[in-house]
Amino acid sequence: MEHYISILTKAIFIENILLAYFLGMCSFLAISKKVDTSIGLGFAVIFVLTITAPANWTIHNYLLKDGALVWLNPEYGVNGTTTINLSFLNSIIFIAVIAAMVQLVEMTLDRFAPTLYISLGIFLPLIAVNCAILGGSMFLVEREYTFIESTVYGFGSGVGFFLAITSMAAIRHRIRYSNVPVQLRGVGITMLLTGLVSMAFMAFSGIDL
Amino acid sequence: MSVLDKKSKDALTDPLMKNNPISLQVLGICSALAVTVQLNTAVVMTLAVVSVLSVSNTLISIIRNMIPGKVRIIVQLSVIASLVILTDQILQAYMYDISKQLSVFVALIITNCIVMGRAEAFAMQNTPGKSFLDGLGNGLGYGGILISVAFFRELLGSGTVYGFSVIPDSFYAAGYQNMGLMVLSPGAFIILGLIVWGQRIVSGVKEE
Repeated sequence: MEHYISILTKAIFIENILLAYFLGMCSFLAISKKVDTSIGLGFAVIFVLTITAPANWTIHNYLLKDGALVWLNPEYGVNGTTTINLSFLNSIIFIAVIAAMVQLVEMTLDRFAPTLYISLGIFLPLIAVNCAILGGSMFLVEREYTFIESTVYGFGSGVGFFLAITSMAAIRHRIRYSNVPVQLRGVGITMLLTGLVSMAFMAFSGIDL
Repeated sequence: MSVLDKKSKDALTDPLMKNNPISLQVLGICSALAVTVQLNTAVVMTLAVVSVLSVSNTLISIIRNMIPGKVRIIVQLSVIASLVILTDQILQAYMYDISKQLSVFVALIITNCIVMGRAEAFAMQNTPGKSFLDGLGNGLGYGGILISVAFFRELLGSGTVYGFSVIPDSFYAAGYQNMGLMVLSPGAFIILGLIVWGQRIVSGVKEE
């Protein structure tokens, strides 16, 4: 149990997917102008990351990994006579799974939770091409997580993204009343502020769980 | 440049300064900053993005009249993803060490908004030749920012440029220290923010 809590805190605070790995910056910069829309996007990201991380883990471990097809025929294993390693297909399969999952989530929500569906609005289809989602799936392959670990990691990364984007939206809301130099307005000042928020998150990096 | 007519020339040179993909279109920042701790990874990343972007723009422009409107996003995505896999395989074969350092970030070029953005905004309406130049120009404009961020981060953070130390030992003896902040992620955000500011002062663009 402690192990999973450690992965969760690491994903949320210490190795925040946005502030430490710069993933999902495009939507972060575009959406963080308003607090309520960024909360919507944040929830959508948590939702999709929690679902796609275990889905992609399953596909990687049972279809693509070196020797993963051993359940089909023992000879396809790592030391078998005809070894099969499809891991070069990881990225293209993952993006297809993410797009399909987003579509599936959209349809399920529309059928069973229409209010949530309406409040997430256009953000669901957009996150299919959010780097944070694909990045999460690639990281869990690189770090060789287990099934439960990757689910926890996916959820944690989503929460980390949610925290970063909502706090940034709140700061940007305040900054509207400040006198920022004309050319620095927009992206420039947002970048500098993100740097400061990221510095604040660095304070967590000393925590060892 | 006299071989190119004015519109093709604009397609190539506009993104370098006037319409820079990072600082003005605000596309493709994801997967970019993480590789800017050192110059050599930034240069390799730039090469990867330039080749993927120009080839994908050309290919999509060639097949643009055959793509049904409803499934165009998925067609674009699969063209881009195949090219990225190709690039990743080439890097692993010939530059294994750097490809290890870039880790997942080469694969993340797939979701780099600039590649999709240019395919959608330019390649779907223009001829292959122009689309190639547009891809090349945007790739270089993107790389320019990436390399300048990496230059400052490496110079201030480690005191080296492309792996060679440039800060004389006498400076260190006199008490000069490398800025540890620049090696960490906040450094990248701050440097990029300042570069965007400088770039907008030069090109005279305002927002809001």
